[in-house]
Amino acid sequence: MFDFLDRFMPGILEWLLPRASTYAIEIDVLFDVITILVGFWFFLVLGYFFYLIFRYRHREGQRAEYISGETHKQKQAIEIPHYLILICDVAILVPTFMVWYNIKIDIPPPDEEVRVVSQQWAWTFYHAGADGVLGTDDDIVSINELHLKNNTQYTYHLESLDVMHSFSIPVFRLKQDAIPGRVISGHFKPILTGEWDIQCAEMCGVAHGIMGARVFIETEEEHAAWIAANTPKLSEGEMLAAKDENLPEVKEDQNNG
Amino acid sequence: MAEVAHAEVGHGDAHDDHHEQSFWSKYVFSTDHKIIGFQYMFTGMAMALIGGYFAYVFRMQLAFPGNSIPFWGTLSPAAYNSLVTNHGTIMIFWVAMPVLIAAMGNFLIPLMIGCDDMVFPRVNRLSYQIFLLSAIVLIISFFVPGGGFGGAWTAYPPLSAKAEYNSTPFGAPLWLIAVTLEIVAFLLGGINFITTTMNARAKGMKMYDIPMIVWMIVIASILFMCSVGPLIAGAVMLLFDQTLGTAFFDAAAGGDPVLWQHLFWFFGHPEVYVVLLPAFGIVGEITCTFARKKLFSYKLILYSTIGLGILSFFVWAHHQFISGVDPRATYLFTTTTLLISIPVAIIMFAYIATLYGGSIRFTTAMLFGLAFTGEFLLGGVTGIWLGSSGVDIYLHDTYFVLAHFHYTFVPIAIIATFAAVYYWFPKMFGRKMNETLGKFHFWGTIIPFNGIFIPLFILGAGGQHRRIYNYQHFPDLAGADMQDMRVFATISLIVMLAFQLVFIANFIISLKKGEKAGKNPWKANTLEWITESPPPHGNFGETMPTVYRGPYEYSVEGREQDYWPQNEKPESEPS
Repeated sequence: MFDFLDRFMPGILEWLLPRASTYAIEIDVLFDVITILVGFWFFLVLGYFFYLIFRYRHREGQRAEYISGETHKQKQAIEIPHYLILICDVAILVPTFMVWYNIKIDIPPPDEEVRVVSQQWAWTFYHAGADGVLGTDDDIVSINELHLKNNTQYTYHLESLDVMHSFSIPVFRLKQDAIPGRVISGHFKPILTGEWDIQCAEMCGVAHGIMGARVFIETEEEHAAWIAANTPKLSEGEMLAAKDENLPEVKEDQNNG
Repeated sequence: MAEVAHAEVGHGDAHDDHHEQSFWSKYVFSTDHKIIGFQYMFTGMAMALIGGYFAYVFRMQLAFPGNSIPFWGTLSPAAYNSLVTNHGTIMIFWVAMPVLIAAMGNFLIPLMIGCDDMVFPRVNRLSYQIFLLSAIVLIISFFVPGGGFGGAWTAYPPLSAKAEYNSTPFGAPLWLIAVTLEIVAFLLGGINFITTTMNARAKGMKMYDIPMIVWMIVIASILFMCSVGPLIAGAVMLLFDQTLGTAFFDAAAGGDPVLWQHLFWFFGHPEVYVVLLPAFGIVGEITCTFARKKLFSYKLILYSTIGLGILSFFVWAHHQFISGVDPRATYLFTTTTLLISIPVAIIMFAYIATLYGGSIRFTTAMLFGLAFTGEFLLGGVTGIWLGSSGVDIYLHDTYFVLAHFHYTFVPIAIIATFAAVYYWFPKMFGRKMNETLGKFHFWGTIIPFNGIFIPLFILGAGGQHRRIYNYQHFPDLAGADMQDMRVFATISLIVMLAFQLVFIANFIISLKKGEKAGKNPWKANTLEWITESPPPHGNFGETMPTVYRGPYEYSVEGREQDYWPQNEKPESEPS
């Protein structure tokens, strides 16, 4: 349905940044549907508003009319548009529910899984490694780099070690808060190779402004090469130790005004 | 009941002393509702200068990252976070609330309903004193070791709960104490607004004769009282987490950080309407006066407002769609959020319909009033994108959200406030403000305002997140196109701030040299315009007014004058 509707839509968000996941098109189409419905009302009302301001500007010798707005006929001037708005609300709610269900509730069976751990102020990604199973010895752990295989259905498991963070990949149109004490799962399927930003979207402390990461979407061959090159390189303990060395640098930067 | 309360006020000790008072008892420890209104207004304006200065500093950092900022210096990330946090806090709690509700409510309610003061004048004085204390605590929090709190005005724990996370061991608790004190002050003020309006109205003023702004402030006060309990409870729990080591919001010790979000937004969303309703009220009064028209469908507006108020308690989780609440709950909150568009649309339509058949005078006050309607329309409709949970997955915490709520809050707290000041200045100080300077100020405010926030809508739709002090760290956001838009927004802000100097100059010059206003310069109907400008202590002199009709009887057919004051005796009635 969204593919079909997309042919008639202006594609505003796609004009600003590419669609790199399967559900990006759904959010884009929903955005456009709302833009058209709301835009119609907005310009209609604003246009009428300016018309009234111009038409009923004060002129010498002219007196305003006495209209109470309390008679049934006068009230219809408000009631009829309000029913039309109700219809528009429903027209927005139906696709909204479909998009929400597809992205946040219905998690398809994954081809691969990835564990995402957020902390002040870095992302740690646990990739499944060569065996394709998460939680085994050959997991590849990386800091601030998420490596994905194109056209593969992923399930992510999102955690936080300290405060609230938010895992946002704008090209996927994906965002999910990370809550300490919980593991929140969701899904995505990349469809476009390339390299893009991951941002932390929830205020998380002094260095929130640099808590970015990069997502690398690779072809099957590139991804296999990356796995081969990285599999036994660093254990988890060494990775964290390497990270800890970096932390004080950031913290020393604090300087309050 | 009305007579009893009225009598008590009339003979309360606070009003016996009509003799000359010292400066301190007249202006500082006054119980006169007008003086308390001014205290709130001037404190709010002073805080607005601080909030505007903060906005200037962090917008300069975003436009020219890393460069030294004139009147500040180099901005560190921690200071950036603190400025952003306190800009939001100040503008909502120390500007919009005191100016719109407290200043307007205090100054206008007794004058508009025809009584001599609030029914609890000393509670009123206490309310302002606590408010002033809260402002002082907030300002102190900027200068303590570690700096001011920087965890966003929403103060989500665990970040806000532990100094090891937020690095502001003193700033965070002081911020929280300041917000709590501010809320206590407004609870006290709200009690006065509701009680006074219900009990102390002029003889003959029935429920449907109350001016819409008074209704709006009363409904806002009720919303505030009903929503604020959870926030105060949450604030005390958070203060305990910060200072005593409790774990209400600490998941590792059995607490739940999301609980704070529910408590905060259960208050936070009605709070939007708490400041919106007085702004609606101001614009309603001004639209009727300068269009010389009866308010279109008074009762429909009143009942829509009540409906809006009730509905506003069922939308809070739309701030939390992606924050780990059960995803199925969003179906309910999306629906209620879109439904709230109906009462708001009815009120907006009624205001626009009021212009129909009118004879519109473009005074500065009316220009600001009309600008509120036009600009708020954009702020209101952009809420639909965000209320739709599906799109909110993408837009949440982007600049689209930021632009949306500035398109609601700037019309509310800035544009409607200016409308009110230009409109009631003659009543407050006995002189009119200069119209030429006023119009200069109007265009210099409205055009740059749009110049700031329209680029931010585009940046937000392009995936730019909030509260980031330097976008050059994000390759996808570091492009020249996006940076140009940030620079454009910053320059617009500087222009807008510069034009506020025109307002300040106009305000000061008009205080001394403005044209004498007389009792009723706008030929308006409501009761504040029948007394002297400025009104004396006790408001109406010896005889209190009697009300014979509603507040919006403009251009009634068969009358020579196009207005009909509420207190004017009908000819049929024997004197």
